[in-house]
Amino acid sequence: MSTLVVKDLTKTYLLRDGLRFSRLEAVKSVDFELTPGRTVALVGQSGSGKSTIAKLIAQLETPTSGTITLNGKPVGRRGRALAAYRDEVQMVFQDPFASLNPFHSIGHHLERPLLLHGKATKADVREKALALLERVNLSPAESFIDRKPHELSGGQRQRVAIARALAPEPSVLVADEPVSMLDVSVRLGVLNLLATLQREENLALLYITHDLATARHFSDEILVMYRGDVVEQGPSDDVILNPQAEFTKQLLVAAPEPGTNPRFLAEATRRGVPMPDHLAALEETT
Amino acid sequence: MAQTSSGRLAGLRRLLTPTFVIGAGLVIVITLFGLIAPFFVADPLAVDNAGMHGPTAQNVLGTTQTGQDVLAQLAWATRGSLMVGVIVAVLALFLSAFFGILGGYLGGWLDEVFSLFTNVVLILPGLPLMIVIGSYVQQRGLLLISIILAITSWAAAARVLRSQTLSIRNRDYVQAARIAGEKAHRIIAVEILPNLLPVMSSGFVFALITAILGEAGLSFIGIGVVGTQTWGSMLFYAQNGQALTLGAWWWFVPPGLMIALLGCGLSLINFSIDGIINPRLRTAPKQVKKAEKAEQVDKADDSAEQEEVMA
Amino acid sequence: MSDPALSTTLEEDRRGGGSSELGEPVLTVENLNVVYEVESPVHAVQDAAFSLRRGEILGLAGESGCGKTTLAYGLNQLHRPPARITSGSVTFHDRDGGDVDVLALEGESLRAFRWSKVAMVFQGAMNSLNPVLSIRTQLGDVFTTHRPHMDAAERLSRSKELLDLVGVDPSRINAYAHELSGGMRQRVMIAMALALDPQLMIMDEPTTALDVVVQREILQEILRLRQELGFAVIFITHDLPMLLEISDRIAVMRKGRIVEIDTAENLYFEPRDPYTRKLLGSFPSLTGEAGDFVRAGFDTEEGR
Repeated sequence: MSTLVVKDLTKTYLLRDGLRFSRLEAVKSVDFELTPGRTVALVGQSGSGKSTIAKLIAQLETPTSGTITLNGKPVGRRGRALAAYRDEVQMVFQDPFASLNPFHSIGHHLERPLLLHGKATKADVREKALALLERVNLSPAESFIDRKPHELSGGQRQRVAIARALAPEPSVLVADEPVSMLDVSVRLGVLNLLATLQREENLALLYITHDLATARHFSDEILVMYRGDVVEQGPSDDVILNPQAEFTKQLLVAAPEPGTNPRFLAEATRRGVPMPDHLAALEETT
Repeated sequence: MAQTSSGRLAGLRRLLTPTFVIGAGLVIVITLFGLIAPFFVADPLAVDNAGMHGPTAQNVLGTTQTGQDVLAQLAWATRGSLMVGVIVAVLALFLSAFFGILGGYLGGWLDEVFSLFTNVVLILPGLPLMIVIGSYVQQRGLLLISIILAITSWAAAARVLRSQTLSIRNRDYVQAARIAGEKAHRIIAVEILPNLLPVMSSGFVFALITAILGEAGLSFIGIGVVGTQTWGSMLFYAQNGQALTLGAWWWFVPPGLMIALLGCGLSLINFSIDGIINPRLRTAPKQVKKAEKAEQVDKADDSAEQEEVMA
Repeated sequence: MSDPALSTTLEEDRRGGGSSELGEPVLTVENLNVVYEVESPVHAVQDAAFSLRRGEILGLAGESGCGKTTLAYGLNQLHRPPARITSGSVTFHDRDGGDVDVLALEGESLRAFRWSKVAMVFQGAMNSLNPVLSIRTQLGDVFTTHRPHMDAAERLSRSKELLDLVGVDPSRINAYAHELSGGMRQRVMIAMALALDPQLMIMDEPTTALDVVVQREILQEILRLRQELGFAVIFITHDLPMLLEISDRIAVMRKGRIVEIDTAENLYFEPRDPYTRKLLGSFPSLTGEAGDFVRAGFDTEEGR
C-alpha cells in the first residue's frame, strides 16, 4: 500500500489581460499526506485552489514548484513512470454528466482501463467490468453494461465513474466534489459507497468538497483552504467543533444548521421533545 | 447488445426526418444515374449530322450543335461532376481534420503554426486563385482540378473542427481517459473523433456542394477539367454553341437542373444533420406550434361552453 | 455554533417582518396544472394549491425535475411553450384591495404586473446583467419603462437608494457587471427586483451559485428587506436546511405534486410524508454526533 506525500506544492498561473500579465497563485505551498485507509477532506469555496490540487495530483497539470512523492519516490511525469503512477492514483470527477463520453457504452468506460492497466485480458474483460458494476451496486450489471451514459441517472453515472477509477486497482483515490452535482437524496448513497470501498480496499482517499458536514462525517482529517492557502488542518472533529482559523469559523457560522438554530431549539423545548435525528429516523424505516 | 442496437436505431430514427428523406432521395437518384446510365447510353462524343434538334425517340434529350446525344453527355457529365465532388470532399475532410483536430488537441506551438497556416489559406481568394492556377497549367486533368478545389476549400472546416476539438479536449471524459492512461492517438480517435462526426459529416456535405458548384463555375468560364465531361463543361459548350439564343433548352436545362437538384438535396441533408447537432433548431418551432394549438383547442372549448351557457 | 451573534441576527430578522400583517393573503393558487406539450406530454405541475400571506416566506423544496421552477414560472405566466397551464387559477390580492386574476392577464397589463406587483430573481441572475451597460443605466431603465413620469434626477436618487438598501455602496452605481463580485451582482439583481416595490418576490435558487459565506449574507439581506418592506417571498431551492432556517412555511414538491406543506417547525419535528423524511435525512448534521457515518443498509438509492 502506498503513501502519497505532497510537499510545498505550488501552482501559479500566468494570466494575460491585453498586454499586461498577472500571476494567479492558485495553490501556495501546500503540504499534506495521504495514507492507506484514511480519508483526508479538502474543504474550501470556489476558487480556493482545491480543484487545482486534484488536477496536480492526477497529473493533469504540472506544479510550478514543490513535490509529490509516491512511496518516497518522486512521481513519473511521462512514459512508463507515468503509467506506473496511473496504476496507483486515480480520480473521480465532479460532474458525472461530463465525465462519461456520450458516444460510448458504460462497458467501454470500464473495459478500457481494465485492459490498459493489465487487470484483464480480452477474454475476461467483460466479466471483470460486470464485477466492477456490481461492486458499485449497479445491479443487475448486465442491464447497465451496454447502456449509454444518457440513459442513466446522475447518481448511477457517478457510480460508473467510481467503478472506472477503481478499475486499475489504485491505492490512492482523489474524489473532486463527487456529489455536489447530484440530487440531494442520492448524495449520501454515493458517499456511503465511496466510504465503504475506501474501507474495503484500504484506499488513501482525498475527498474534495465545499460541504463541511459531509467532510466531517466522512473523513479523518480536514484541510481548510482559503485562496490557495491551507488555513487550518487537523482531525475532523477538532476542526469542526473547535475551529482555530478565522475563515473556518466563518464557514461554520454560515452553513445552515437547523439543529443548532435557536428557533428550533426553542421549539423543541416548547414541544418537550428532543431534537430529531432525521438520518437515524430514515435508517429505521429502510 | 440488444440495448446498443436499439440505441443506434433510435439515432437513425432521429435522422429520418422528411427533410432528410427528400434530400437523400434526390442525391441517391442522381448518384445512381451517374453510376449506371453511362453503361447504357450512346457514345457522348460521337458526332452526327442531325445537330441541334429537340427531343426525339432516338435522342431522348435531343442533340447538340454537332449532333452529340445530350442524354449520353448528361450521363457522363453526372459521373464526372460527382467524381470531382467526392474527391474534393474527401481531400478537404482529410486536410481539415488533420490541421483542425491535431492542432486543437495537441496545442502549443504546433497549434499556433497550424492555425496560422489555416488562416492564411482561409483568406486566399478562392476563385481568382483557381483561375490563376487553372490558366497556368495546361494539362488540366480531373485530379488536378480536384486538388485545386480541395486546397481552397478546407480551411473554414478546419477552424470549426479546431474550436470543437478545443472544447471537447477540456471535457472531463477526455481528462478521465488521460488519467486512465490512454495514449494521445487513441484519445483523438476513440474519445474525440466520434463526437465530431456530426460536424465532420456536415462539413463533408458542404464541401461536396461547393466543389461541384466550383467545378461548374471553372468549367463554365473555360478553365475546368479537360478530357472529362462535367455539368460545367456541358454548360460551357452550350453557351459556346449559342444554345440560349437559339432556344435549344434541351441542351442547357438538364445540366443546370442537375446542379440545382443535387445542391438542393445535399443542403436538405445538411439541414437534418444540423438538427441532430443542435436539437433545439429542429424541435423548438414544432413544440411552440403544438402548445399553441393545444391552447387554441382549449379556448375553442371554453367559448363553446360559454355559448352553451349563453344559449 | 461558534458565533451566536450572527445566527441570532438571522433569527431576529426572520421573526420580525410582516408578522403583524400575517393572515391577510397576497396570493392564492388553486389546482394549478402545468403540462409540457411534447411528444408524450409531461404533467410538470399537478394540482398545486396554496395561499401565501402578506410578508410570509414560503420555501419551495424539491430536487431537479420536480416541477418547482415550472410552478414558480407559471405563477407569473413566465412559462414558455411547450409548457402550458391547462387548468387552475392564480389570484393576486393587491395591497389596494383589488383582486387580480393573474392567468387572465395579457400583453401590457401582464408586463406591468410582472415587475411592479410580483418580481423575480432567477438562478444565476447575477450573470444576466448586461455587460456593456453600467448598473446605473440598467437600474434607470426599469424606471424609464415602468415609471415614465420620473425625471433623470429622481431615477438616479431612487437607484442609489435601492443600492444602499441591498447593501451595495451607492458610489458604485457607475460600475459595470464585471467590476462586481458574484455576491454584489446578485444584490444588484435584488435591487432591480425591488425597484417597483413589489408585494411578492419569487426567488429561484438565488444563492445556489454563491459561496456559503456570501450566501448567508444575501439571505440576511433578504430577511431584513422583507421586514422593512413587507413583501412576501417564494423561495425555491433544493437546500432544505437553508429553507428551514429562513422560511415560515415550506412546501415539499416531488414529481409535480406538493407532497407536504406546513410550517417549518412542524416539518422539522413531525415530517409526515416519507419523501420529506428522506430529504431531511439527506443532510447530515454538522455539529451532531459524528459516530459511524457509514451505516449498514443505508444504501437506499436508485440503481436496483
